[in-house]
Amino acid sequence: MSEQLSGLPLSRLLSMLRAMYRIRAFEEKVDELFMRGEMHGTTHLSIGQEGTAVGAISTLRNDDFITSTHRGHGHCIAKGADIALMMAELLGKETGYCRGRGGSMHIADVETGNLGANGIVAGGMPIATGVALSMKMQRSDRICLCIFGDGAANEGAFHESINLAAVWDLPVVFLCENNQYGMSMATRRAMRNETVAQRAAGYGIPGERVDGNNVLAVYAAVSVAVQRARDGQGPSLIESLTYRYKGHAKSDQNLYRTRDEIREWQKRDPIQYFVNLLIAGGKLDQAGAKQEEAAAYAAVEEAYQFALGSADPDPETLLEGVYA
Amino acid sequence: MTISQPQSRDFRETGDANQIAGQHMTYGEAIRRALREEMLNDPRVFLMGEDIGIYGGAFGVTKGLLEEFGEERVRDTPISEQVIAGCAIGAALSGMRPVAEFQFSDFMTLAMDQIVNQGAKLRFMFGGKAQVPVVFRAPLGSGAGLAAQHSQSLEAWFAHVPGLKVVLPSTPADAYGLLRAAIHEPNIVIFLEHKALYSQQGMVPVRAYETPLGKAAVMREGKHLTIIALSIMAQRALAVAERLAQEGVEAEVIDPRTLRPLDEETIVASARKTGRVLIVHEAVLTGGFGGEIAARIAASEAFYYLDAPIMRLGGAEIPIPYQMELEKRATPREEDIFRAAHLLLQQKPA
Repeated sequence: MSEQLSGLPLSRLLSMLRAMYRIRAFEEKVDELFMRGEMHGTTHLSIGQEGTAVGAISTLRNDDFITSTHRGHGHCIAKGADIALMMAELLGKETGYCRGRGGSMHIADVETGNLGANGIVAGGMPIATGVALSMKMQRSDRICLCIFGDGAANEGAFHESINLAAVWDLPVVFLCENNQYGMSMATRRAMRNETVAQRAAGYGIPGERVDGNNVLAVYAAVSVAVQRARDGQGPSLIESLTYRYKGHAKSDQNLYRTRDEIREWQKRDPIQYFVNLLIAGGKLDQAGAKQEEAAAYAAVEEAYQFALGSADPDPETLLEGVYA
Repeated sequence: MTISQPQSRDFRETGDANQIAGQHMTYGEAIRRALREEMLNDPRVFLMGEDIGIYGGAFGVTKGLLEEFGEERVRDTPISEQVIAGCAIGAALSGMRPVAEFQFSDFMTLAMDQIVNQGAKLRFMFGGKAQVPVVFRAPLGSGAGLAAQHSQSLEAWFAHVPGLKVVLPSTPADAYGLLRAAIHEPNIVIFLEHKALYSQQGMVPVRAYETPLGKAAVMREGKHLTIIALSIMAQRALAVAERLAQEGVEAEVIDPRTLRPLDEETIVASARKTGRVLIVHEAVLTGGFGGEIAARIAASEAFYYLDAPIMRLGGAEIPIPYQMELEKRATPREEDIFRAAHLLLQQKPA
């Protein structure tokens, strides 16, 4: 276990752990606010998938791009988003990332390279391909990490995007965050392939499946793909196998899976796994982990208070922002 | 398809003496000229689409541009409409100014998610913090014997979506000027070219210019009735106006040129002036953009000046048929417009 840690400086390891705690704390708060009726609409929680978001996005430079999914809070936080502005967005406040116009499914921060969550399955894939083309044409070494789910792997946009990126050698990494269900549809019922990663062969690009609940395994695999993209060798397809603990959205009764299955995956919790790894490697002790966890929950509480204290959008501004 | 094109009208609407120095070119050549000049002016502008490189585009519009600008900026794509659209949107979000060509506007239906759910809404969804300067060019319309899946006029679909701008040039001069304006736009512009107009000649001013989006062209002034006609129908309406003139009827012909934003002011002023309005487009009437124009007039002060109900003429409620005569009859012909104009003129005020 400890050799997995050896390549990364302690500061990096701890910032990864902090991001994972922060995602968990943020989403638990969101879950609670929905339960209490303080948030409206819907939301898609990625609790249990933090290893994928943090492992993959930690490989990026600050100026790299991501495109995300409807289950994107974790991606935003891993990319460095301000959770106060995220919380404000979810509460529909003017101070939110999208001035309350986008909500949970559209949080974006174009200036920091976060090109947005997306309400359409696979909708971000063609856009990520275009961002990569743009970087290539501008002779930039910035890359785009295109995150999508297992459901997206059966959309036409998946095929068109990966194929085009492959023939044009574009600097994009396609990351399939396979949480094993597209809403209620089990991946094994939705495709004949054993893995999504196998499909890479069909496009003539590298493909690899990794344990998405092991943040360091994700980090290692995505690092290689990112370097490849940055070096002008084109796209890769990484599949990160993980699991969401919560339902698809707030209406979900979990009729399509068993409590036992959920419990089994909770035993392989990505945060607990990483904490154990850090403790075993002598990088952290139990008290230190508790401290990090508590700090994350405190930061989320502060973000919530910021959002609560923010103004709603002025109805007079309803028509703004459609055209530049 | 019979189209008579009064050559002298193309630059009348501007009233700019500098534009008199013009040269004859086709609608297709005018589009190519605009593309070329924008590519020379701005290194961020590039072209992508199916068969636009070596082949020069299905209608030859991009011929020669690959040789001049190279593969980097004139990009042949696989037959993948969805990623053509999305790739242009992503490139625009991150600093480029793509002009993407759909080989036929019918194929845009394969890219509707990217155009409608993504591109049109990104700026708004992101709280006004993104720009998507993309031009989607595509040929629309019937008249080429290409039947139901290559001949539609779906402009109203796009005009229905906030976040898009929709442009339909009807002359070479407008094709040039509007395309230059479209490429300068910081928003998505759906630029719909009529495939039966590509080879039509017209006078195009020699100097560089932009024709602003959202400004209708009064192609001919008149006082007895107003014919508002989209795309190729503007040409047919002009020909009809010539015939009517021989009977002493002065028809005003307006080409809105841009559907979103729509130049309501020019349309309403003309309706008020003539009191009789005929709206003509190739698209079927049900849900067609003519309904929107009629509604805007009916809801305006011009309503009180109308001497007859607003009349609409559009495509038959069928897919475009293959056989030549059936195809012609599926959309308004010159004689249909002529007859409709007479019917409108015969109506007595209540």
